[in-house]
Amino acid sequence: MAVTLTSVAAQHVAAQLAARGKGLGIRLGVTTTGCSGMAYVLEFVDEMNDMDQVFENHGIKVVVDPKSLVYLDGTEMDFVKTGVNEGFEFHNPNVKGECGCGESFSV
Amino acid sequence: MALFTIAEPGQSKTRAPARRKRAAGIDLGTTNSLVATAREGKAQVLRDAQGEALLPSIVTYSATQAPHVGVPLALDNAQASSISSVKRLMGRGRADIDYPLPYLLEDAPGGGMPLIHTVAGKLSPVQVSADILRHLAARGGAALGGELDGVVITVPAYFDEAQRQATRDAARLAGLTVLRLLSEPTAAAVAYGLDQQLEGTVIIYDLGGGTFDVSLMQLQQGVFRVLATGGDAALGGDDFDRAIALWLLQAAGIAQTPALQEWRALLAVARTAKHGLTTAAQVPVAYAAWQGVLTRETYYSLVDGLIDTTLRACKRVLRDAQVQAGELSNVVLVGGATRSPRVQEKVAAFFGRAPLCSIDPEEVVAIGAALQADVLAGNKYGAQTLLLDVIPLSLGIETMGGLMEKIIARNSAIPVARSQEFTTYKDGQTSMSLHVLQGERELVQDCRSLARFDLTGIPPLVAGAARVKVTFQVDADGLLEVSAAETTSGHHATVLVKPSFGLQENDIADMLKNAYTAAEADKRLRKLREKQVEALRHVEALQSALAQDGAALLSAEEITELTQLLQELRALAATEAADAIESLTQRLNEKSLDFAARRMDAGIHKALAGRRLNDVDL
Repeated sequence: MAVTLTSVAAQHVAAQLAARGKGLGIRLGVTTTGCSGMAYVLEFVDEMNDMDQVFENHGIKVVVDPKSLVYLDGTEMDFVKTGVNEGFEFHNPNVKGECGCGESFSV
Repeated sequence: MALFTIAEPGQSKTRAPARRKRAAGIDLGTTNSLVATAREGKAQVLRDAQGEALLPSIVTYSATQAPHVGVPLALDNAQASSISSVKRLMGRGRADIDYPLPYLLEDAPGGGMPLIHTVAGKLSPVQVSADILRHLAARGGAALGGELDGVVITVPAYFDEAQRQATRDAARLAGLTVLRLLSEPTAAAVAYGLDQQLEGTVIIYDLGGGTFDVSLMQLQQGVFRVLATGGDAALGGDDFDRAIALWLLQAAGIAQTPALQEWRALLAVARTAKHGLTTAAQVPVAYAAWQGVLTRETYYSLVDGLIDTTLRACKRVLRDAQVQAGELSNVVLVGGATRSPRVQEKVAAFFGRAPLCSIDPEEVVAIGAALQADVLAGNKYGAQTLLLDVIPLSLGIETMGGLMEKIIARNSAIPVARSQEFTTYKDGQTSMSLHVLQGERELVQDCRSLARFDLTGIPPLVAGAARVKVTFQVDADGLLEVSAAETTSGHHATVLVKPSFGLQENDIADMLKNAYTAAEADKRLRKLREKQVEALRHVEALQSALAQDGAALLSAEEITELTQLLQELRALAATEAADAIESLTQRLNEKSLDFAARRMDAGIHKALAGRRLNDVDL
């Protein structure tokens, strides 16, 4: 069971954490909503919960709650630039279908 | 592809897309009810824990427990009352129920729907229906993970305003938001049209437990248009059971009417026999001490008359829409009673084609309702679907002489709004009484009175000068609103038509039949009434003109002559001699032409005398 970051993604997370001034790392999760059933949650982490799993990549802590982990196992988080847009992207091997915009997915 | 940014803790959820609305379609049937819901454009009926989709529309009340909906509990009859087929009582009066019911009714204080005696007290049909709806909504809510945001409830196409209103009230009592009431055949068309892209002219033959509906629909590119509807609101599979039960009584040699309890047992025997005959050529039957056999031939002889009644209604609908049976692209069967091979056989023979029943005929209505609910709740799928329904009988108002002036014609697609201008009949008339009618006949007395209201504050003007605009508006649920406004003063009055008892299907059928058979007599009567009104209008006008200017402009002989003619015409207008009235009106008109010309000259003279041409504002 693991969730990974690419080195580019890690650099951007580190930069954003530094700019924010606080935070233990990032939280990656899923919620049951969106047009294809599930949607990603990506947040800074200030507090950890008891059951949280922590994966460390390139010095960045990625926190995942156990319920989300079953949908996220094997996911790689990347940082991409497309035209004027830039942001994080997920490569999730569990995904069977995605909605058109990629914001939500089904497994 | 969406790219993500890192949100503050707890903030990302606010970006979640809008929640999909929880919407369900409910087929509130006489015998059985269903609930269905649509997901991603596919509808499915919801089942209970035992996997049953059909919920018997029976509520068992007991003195101690909460109402139980579904198959009656095995409780002692002294402790519980099972109420079934309550849909037949919705929006009906006590006098309308002329068939045996397995429970007691009593008149409600102040009129309206009768109350049903139960061990838990006297209940209105609306309360019983609400209990059924509450049960179905709970099933829907459990399947969708939360309280329903809205429902579409189906009603027979022929349900009148009172029956629709009663259904709405039941939903409100159950705490449900009604997105729309949808007619059952229309729902069936929605199910076929959207699920299987069936296009063309289709007849929907819906024989349920207690009602028969036939609708001729045109499906084109996702647009449903009801061309004509017909049916019988008191004919269904229950009548098949009743016919067998009566035969059983006769065969068993029982003369007296059975008590409620025995009648219920008898119906159960009849129903089992009916279902058995779907596959077997004959079934053994037993009632009380009697034992025998019911053959298909006997069964057919009992029910063929009932089926023929339904086919006659089909014929009327085809004739109304001027469609030949051969032009139909499909015949759709709806309702549990269409499972009967005899019904399928006779329908196929009548229309000359095998009927469609690819969607379960018992589920198809709920499925259509669910699809429609999904659209109406604002969930994306099929948002362009437009649904057109029709009004079963023309709507209009009473005009002078007791005539019915039609404003919205029968079979107009709803929602619809139509206006027509009317005027005053007498000089100085300041109010107008409006009588809203429904029916096909020419005379008010032959039509159904829906409402009366008054428009006051009309400025006092000479007869025919005031302009009163009467607007009829029927919303998508078939509810009628009539408003009248005087255009110069802006005074207006409105009435929402909610009749305490609406029309029954039999009434509608009778009214239509009478309209056809009485067409000739009606035409003659209308002509007579028009002549009478015309004559009296002349009498009134001449009388007021004589009173005003007679002495100044006419000689004594002229006044005498006109007055005499006037009295003659007034007397003649009370008779039925249409032609004589017409010719005398004509004569009075000619005689008074000279007087009218002189009045006009005098009027112009008065307006112009002593003024220069430049001052006159022409």
